[in-house]
Amino acid sequence: MPDILSIKFAEWKERGQAVKTWSVRAARSMIGVPDYETYVRHCQANHPGKPIMTYEEFFVERQEARYAVSKGRFRGCC
Amino acid sequence: MSGLVGSANGLQTKLLWAAIAALGAVSFGIIALSRGEPVNAAWMVIAAVCIYFIAYRFYALFIANKVLGVDPARATPAVRHNDGLDYVPTNRYVLFGHHFAAIAGAGPLVGPVLAAQMGYLPGTLWILAGVVIAGAVQDMTVLFLSTRRDGRSLGDMVRSEMGAVAGAIAGIGILLICIIILAVLALVVVQALNGSPWGTFTVFCTVPIALIMGCYGRFFRRGRVLEMSAIGFVLLMAALIYGQTVSQTPALAAYFNLSGPTLALVIIGYGFVASVLPVWLLLAPRDYLSTFMKIGVVTLLAIAIIIVRPYLQMPALTKFVDGTGPVWAGSLFPFLFITIACGSVSGWHALISSGTTPKMIENESQIPFIGYGGMLMESFVAIMAMIAASVLHPGVYFAMNSAAGIIGTTAAQAAQTVSNMGFVVTPDQLTQVAHDVGEITVLSRTGGAPTLAVGMAQILSSLFGGQALTAIWYHFAILFEALFILTTVDAGTRVCRFMIQDLVGNAIPGFKETKSWANNLIGSGVACLLWGYFLYQGVIDPLGGIWTMWPLFGTSNQMLAAIALVLCTVVLFKMKRERYAWVTVIPATWLVACTVTAGLEKVFDSDPAVGFLAHASKLSTAIAAGQVLAPAHSLGEMSRLVFNDYLDAALAALFAAVVISMVVYGFLSIRKALGTPKATAIEVEFAGAGAAVGGSSA
Repeated sequence: MPDILSIKFAEWKERGQAVKTWSVRAARSMIGVPDYETYVRHCQANHPGKPIMTYEEFFVERQEARYAVSKGRFRGCC
Repeated sequence: MSGLVGSANGLQTKLLWAAIAALGAVSFGIIALSRGEPVNAAWMVIAAVCIYFIAYRFYALFIANKVLGVDPARATPAVRHNDGLDYVPTNRYVLFGHHFAAIAGAGPLVGPVLAAQMGYLPGTLWILAGVVIAGAVQDMTVLFLSTRRDGRSLGDMVRSEMGAVAGAIAGIGILLICIIILAVLALVVVQALNGSPWGTFTVFCTVPIALIMGCYGRFFRRGRVLEMSAIGFVLLMAALIYGQTVSQTPALAAYFNLSGPTLALVIIGYGFVASVLPVWLLLAPRDYLSTFMKIGVVTLLAIAIIIVRPYLQMPALTKFVDGTGPVWAGSLFPFLFITIACGSVSGWHALISSGTTPKMIENESQIPFIGYGGMLMESFVAIMAMIAASVLHPGVYFAMNSAAGIIGTTAAQAAQTVSNMGFVVTPDQLTQVAHDVGEITVLSRTGGAPTLAVGMAQILSSLFGGQALTAIWYHFAILFEALFILTTVDAGTRVCRFMIQDLVGNAIPGFKETKSWANNLIGSGVACLLWGYFLYQGVIDPLGGIWTMWPLFGTSNQMLAAIALVLCTVVLFKMKRERYAWVTVIPATWLVACTVTAGLEKVFDSDPAVGFLAHASKLSTAIAAGQVLAPAHSLGEMSRLVFNDYLDAALAALFAAVVISMVVYGFLSIRKALGTPKATAIEVEFAGAGAAVGGSSA
């Protein structure tokens, strides 16, 4: 009995974790901050040896890009 | 490619879809046919959701598979240019959230509220029909076109597919809509805060709160956006609650009890400052807060409507379908469609569907879900706004949405006038509503936002808090609308600045340099002057501003949608898919008819309530005779009104001219495409199977 319960609990915990991860990702994506881990993995796989931005640098870079005037980005009006 | 009409999944699926269709039809019958008795809002929700499901399952997938020929094997820009930053293959649910957060705005909240003057039915019918045949088709097709072109912008695509002149015309159209949108949205905020110390205090507080958030996320916990947003939200709620004390303390309230013109100047100043300050300090934190508030409140409202299931007090049709209504002027065609605009089809979305979303889409097969599905969601927001406006007592609705020039300034006068319109209401009812929501008065609070806020407060307080919290909910709703509208204003001013720099830069190349402080200050200044002029004009307009400005805004928005759909049609012809071109030709024709009719009527109609020139000549005649016509107060005011009439007439004519010239260029491009035996659409080369444009996916 306790075994089954703990298995169930672990399963739910995992699901809860997944929901949390994806919600946080979606929330960040809404405000123009893409997933940092994806970026790191991309850099490691495709540009080995090149410097990888820290999360802080990555965030500042993305924030500037979202509002960069020269990109003429449009958002929420109607 | 999966079978189109559920044949693969057998009888069960067919039965399920038949049940959805039947349920939708029954609900629709109830909202359309019941007369006299109040209808429950639940029927509206069910009808809408059934229609969305059917439209998505059958029409969206038909367009994707047969018309556009989406190719799941074809690499998207996110895959080809993956850089982990701009181009990132993104999970489709996450991207749906991103896309919806980008398209959702004030338009679908305000338009349906104003449209309710004709009753809930005409507006609801167009919100549902329009999204299925026009709005969602546009969003999805533009998303598809941009995805096939490395995520290029609408203006770029018009230039490359239809020529440089057409591109330049579209560019002017985009600048115009930007200016008008900023002016109208700012006007909505001014009307909502005018003479409301509580609302003004809370909205002003968002600035210091954003500064705190900005510094926290820059110096203290760099990049912790969710943390800083949570802190911001808590501070915002504290400001909201303290706002009640402010409004009840005369010494404090005096500072925040501002007149319309003062508020307009403050907002213009704010737009200028916010657009030149570093983004991390003010603009970004406000943006984060407003995005999360927007998504949160829309979700909350949906839940509340489903649980509370309020009754609609507004009749299905009012006598104002004849075009004599006090909220906005003009007959059902084209002005109902112009008024609703964004909730069923929004040209603005063409800019977003060709912005960041196409750079993040993982696979072409997700285009219907993101593009069509995202717009269905937006339409649902419009339905909720319609419900919120219709749960109000119609007498209260008309007293709130008619200008003081029409209903007078006291509760007794207003109740008398509105009752004479056929919506019997007592002065006590009107003052009671004001008292419930913690305002001095609710009369002539035009602009849609306060009406929506009263409706939302009524629905949300039935769910949490009851009568005691109505005032808090009302100001929460005002805060939510003002917050994200003002975020649009500051971000939009930056976009406007860029477009002006780009335009002027063609003549003076040095002005294009966006790193120069002088250029930025001048560019932002010019942008603020342009939209600020229209805002100020709207605020001092004796007819309440929205009366004049909203139709202009709607026309410009639908004009952009017409441009986008003409582009989509041209590309379908160039892809040699003319067999299916009706999918975009039908909505394009409709939008061209609406915008051109509206544009011409706004200029030439002989009714001074509709036609700007007729209004100008009526005023000029009076000026010549030395008369001051109400609601103007002086001859000087009258001549200013005449000038503005000519200005607005010129704008409306310009909108019509832009649409007509785009149609001409569209025809030229189509003729050229028909004369060429090969597909000529300019897509990014694709090395792999099915590379030919318009491959064999059908």
